[in-house]
Amino acid sequence: MPLIEVIGVSHSYPHGTGRRRVLRDVSVTLTESRIGVIGANGSGKSTFARLLNGLVVPDAGRVLVDGHDTRREGRTVRRLVGFCFTDPDAQIVMPTVREDVGFGLRRRGAEAAQKTALVDRTLADFGLADHADHAAHLLSGGEKQLLALASVLVTEPAVLIMDEPTTLLDLRNAEAVGRIVASLQQQVILLTHHLSLLTDFDRVLVFDEGRIVGDAAPAAAIAEYRERMR
Amino acid sequence: MSLTTTYLPGNTVIHRLPAGIKLVLLAATGVALTVLNLWWEPVAVLGVVLACYLLAGFPVRTLAAQLRSMSWVLLAISVFQLVASGWQSMVDVIVTLAAMVLAAGLVSLTTGMEALTEVLLRILRPFRRFGVAPERMALLISLSVRSVSVIAGLAQEVRDAQRARGLGGSARAFAVPLLVRSLRHAEALGEALMARGLDD
Repeated sequence: MPLIEVIGVSHSYPHGTGRRRVLRDVSVTLTESRIGVIGANGSGKSTFARLLNGLVVPDAGRVLVDGHDTRREGRTVRRLVGFCFTDPDAQIVMPTVREDVGFGLRRRGAEAAQKTALVDRTLADFGLADHADHAAHLLSGGEKQLLALASVLVTEPAVLIMDEPTTLLDLRNAEAVGRIVASLQQQVILLTHHLSLLTDFDRVLVFDEGRIVGDAAPAAAIAEYRERMR
Repeated sequence: MSLTTTYLPGNTVIHRLPAGIKLVLLAATGVALTVLNLWWEPVAVLGVVLACYLLAGFPVRTLAAQLRSMSWVLLAISVFQLVASGWQSMVDVIVTLAAMVLAAGLVSLTTGMEALTEVLLRILRPFRRFGVAPERMALLISLSVRSVSVIAGLAQEVRDAQRARGLGGSARAFAVPLLVRSLRHAEALGEALMARGLDD
């Protein structure tokens, strides 16, 4: 597992005439295979996730992924860390399913035949082979999220960050995504409001007002979160 | 090519033609329709285009769908041409337009975006020395095609929300949320492209 180190990170966004602080002096080291992140809306979870692959560079502090600083080596970090967003429509960039999965492989040095084989295998793994040449926008919500996930995983990142990937899904599709996540070899950092998805995780972080206020095994962390939500 | 037409995969002669040849034929069709003067000549070209639709195995409803999006424009031009220049001119203009739209639609229906962008990359590669970035141009076109369906979906959602709140006739109530949501989508798309390694 790549070592992810978040060291004294603070971050704020412009808000009206001033700035709103969303993360306050967060420090944490992530080494476990399955890490959950929970917290109320606006607690800083999504900004924290975006820090981990350099989509957001912190105002203060450092984030290191396998020793690479996200501030100076953002591209290297993004090759190591895949990111799956809440809304798959925002993530699917090509017109057809096959083309979108193949999109991430464009700049790889492999032969076209190898790329095609990899795309075909990924489509089969995610149950999308029958939709390969279909328009991506005509897929159901669950299929779109599977496509978004397949498009990230085809590039074989070492870490997968998922920002509330089941929020827009029904129970069946949410559970399907949960099963896929459980079967992955990658280190997974999952932000979610579906607490049942975290049952078998190694560690769960609880965010509140820009700080990590809980850091424990799932049962204890979820109990802490429920207590705070009262 | 048409930005609103989705690729329908198949294994017909038309599908198997290389994308470059299809684009050359499309350009040739455009030139032919421009230089042919007699009223029946565009009709003959339209006949060839329709035959190609049959060869590609598309039903009549696919053909009709290509024309439906511009039916009002065709109708308006028909009336104008009929009044201003007579029926022969009307046939010439309308058939020319319809043949071109159908020919472009046929290329989109039978050619994947990957194949089209590959051709575009080959065409633009010599212009690299003048500062043109072929990969970015090809990506821009792919994103434009993808965005048409996304924006259409957003427009439908906004329209439904408008109706639910009894604001069916308000242009402002339609335009403002559509603009806001489109901008949000653009921002999210930029973030997704960056996450997928497109920042270099």
